[in-house]
Amino acid sequence: MSVGLNPPASVLAEEAAGPPRSLWSDAWRRLRRNRAATLAGAFLLVMCAIAAVAPWLPFVQDPAAQDLALGAVGPSWAHWFGTDDLGRDLFARVLFGGRISMLVGVVGTLVSLVVGVSWGAIAGYFGGRVDEAMMRVVDVLYSLPYLFLVILLLVFFERSLVMLFVALGLVQWLTMARIVRGQVLSLKSRTFVEAARALGASDGAIIVRHLVPNTLGPVIVYTTLTVPAVILQEAFLSFLGLGVQPPGASWGTLVSDGARVLAIFPWLVLFPGLALSLTLLAFNFLGDGLRDALDPQGRRDGN
Amino acid sequence: MIAFLVRRVLLVVPTLFVIGSLTFFLVRLAPGGPFQSEKDVPKAALEQMQRAYGLDRPLGEQYVRFLSHAAVGDFGPSYKYPQRQVRDIIAEGFAVSAELGGWALLLAVLIGVPLGVVAAVKQNRFADHAAMAFALAGVSIPNFVLGPALVLVFSLGLYWLPPALWTGPSSRVLPVLTLAAAYVAYIARLTRAGMLEVLGADFVRTARAKGLAERTVVVRHALRLGVLPVVSYLGPAAARILMGSIVVEQIFAIPGLGRQLVNAAFSRDYTLVLGIVLFYASFLLVLNLVVDVLYTRLDPRVELS
Repeated sequence: MSVGLNPPASVLAEEAAGPPRSLWSDAWRRLRRNRAATLAGAFLLVMCAIAAVAPWLPFVQDPAAQDLALGAVGPSWAHWFGTDDLGRDLFARVLFGGRISMLVGVVGTLVSLVVGVSWGAIAGYFGGRVDEAMMRVVDVLYSLPYLFLVILLLVFFERSLVMLFVALGLVQWLTMARIVRGQVLSLKSRTFVEAARALGASDGAIIVRHLVPNTLGPVIVYTTLTVPAVILQEAFLSFLGLGVQPPGASWGTLVSDGARVLAIFPWLVLFPGLALSLTLLAFNFLGDGLRDALDPQGRRDGN
Repeated sequence: MIAFLVRRVLLVVPTLFVIGSLTFFLVRLAPGGPFQSEKDVPKAALEQMQRAYGLDRPLGEQYVRFLSHAAVGDFGPSYKYPQRQVRDIIAEGFAVSAELGGWALLLAVLIGVPLGVVAAVKQNRFADHAAMAFALAGVSIPNFVLGPALVLVFSLGLYWLPPALWTGPSSRVLPVLTLAAAYVAYIARLTRAGMLEVLGADFVRTARAKGLAERTVVVRHALRLGVLPVVSYLGPAAARILMGSIVVEQIFAIPGLGRQLVNAAFSRDYTLVLGIVLFYASFLLVLNLVVDVLYTRLDPRVELS
């Protein structure tokens, strides 16, 4: 995996041959040529859009409305994905579960993004003892059996969405910090940084205005790959009964509930599982495509 | 080399200390206790139990006692099953988890490496795209979705394999497949990347120029180097597969370490929780150390520092 190993310089070098184009328009052109990634991106956009406006769509029923007389029935015209044992419409529940899963994925990623980028940028920029100390912390945290601790945290203390965000964000920021640090290390000796310093820019301004924007390529790629990782972890915790608590439901809790009645109502696993898997697949395709687009060097190496 | 080993081993001790202390206080801070149940336990009985486990002593004393005992691998009896030692429960669970993980990893290599080789040899052709799409699907389908799906088809649909438990050889098949899928996918991707890099190298061109059959070039010459990333991935994978088996053990009701941890946490069996966390952490640290040492054996360019 070469996420972030190659500085954007390689991209610039390749461009020097042709007519001048910006890094982003060039990357965008490359991304559009990748049919799988474009399709994945479009799928995610549609999915997010439907999930976002689900409460106001006429064909989406109330996910909490029970129909005990009906009970669990398979897919039909009235209930596209069937209903669960309480007679709740599964299509609506999958859509509303998607809202929670995506929200967790995005917020968890944002937590890791903010912490990881600042940590990595500061460590890389100041170097020396600061770098040594900060990265040693990262090394030690890497060696912790994280998921075990997260499980304990969620079993012993009150389970809430905020706790979940904290737990998930904490696991993910380490790799981001390493990537950004590596980038900043190679960038900080460049002349444009020297120029900024000569103009009297403060350390903070150099980091925020000059260094961090130049790490965006690898950061975007890794962020795209972090979202599905967080969604997956939330689903994993929910599957163990530690994530989203009823009456709320995410894809993980839906799969978990469905798995219990697998033998009699298989569609209760099938549809949420499919929604979750397709979304993760799309994120991974998009992430791969973005890596190829923003990091052509890596593509030549076949990564 | 010796200095490196000494330094790393010395680093393991404080790390374990931190993990142990963290878990100890996390467990003690948590509201609710191991002897709380729906039934009203008589106060005298509760006090007697707490005395038996030393829970009536000051926290500092408990902490010191825990550390000194944990240092020699003694975690005392389980709270939930007082007649059993935590050590024995862990040994039992680890044997099961290790078997499950071992089979899964073996299967992942046996399928993943050939898949990656084929994809690299047929780069950018149909076989490559198909293999990589398959690999991406393998990464994307969570094991708690794949597991029930496999059960649905092979146990409840075709009646070929048992849907749960860990009793005979046939009960191994579905859990191992479920656990292996993600690793098959990742190993295939690693192999493809490694092979692509090697297939363009000069020594491969020389081998071809000598007139060797393409098959010999790929299998005898290129694969040796191309598979290096996979070898180095196996260490972390072995550690992580134990984590992945938490869910698989849950789905198939397998009495492994992961299931024990989840059950122990839910029933607040504190001695067992502490024991499992520390055991797993030591396992992880030792494995990381072994991998770092192996790197240098496989790739002389890597230096230990």
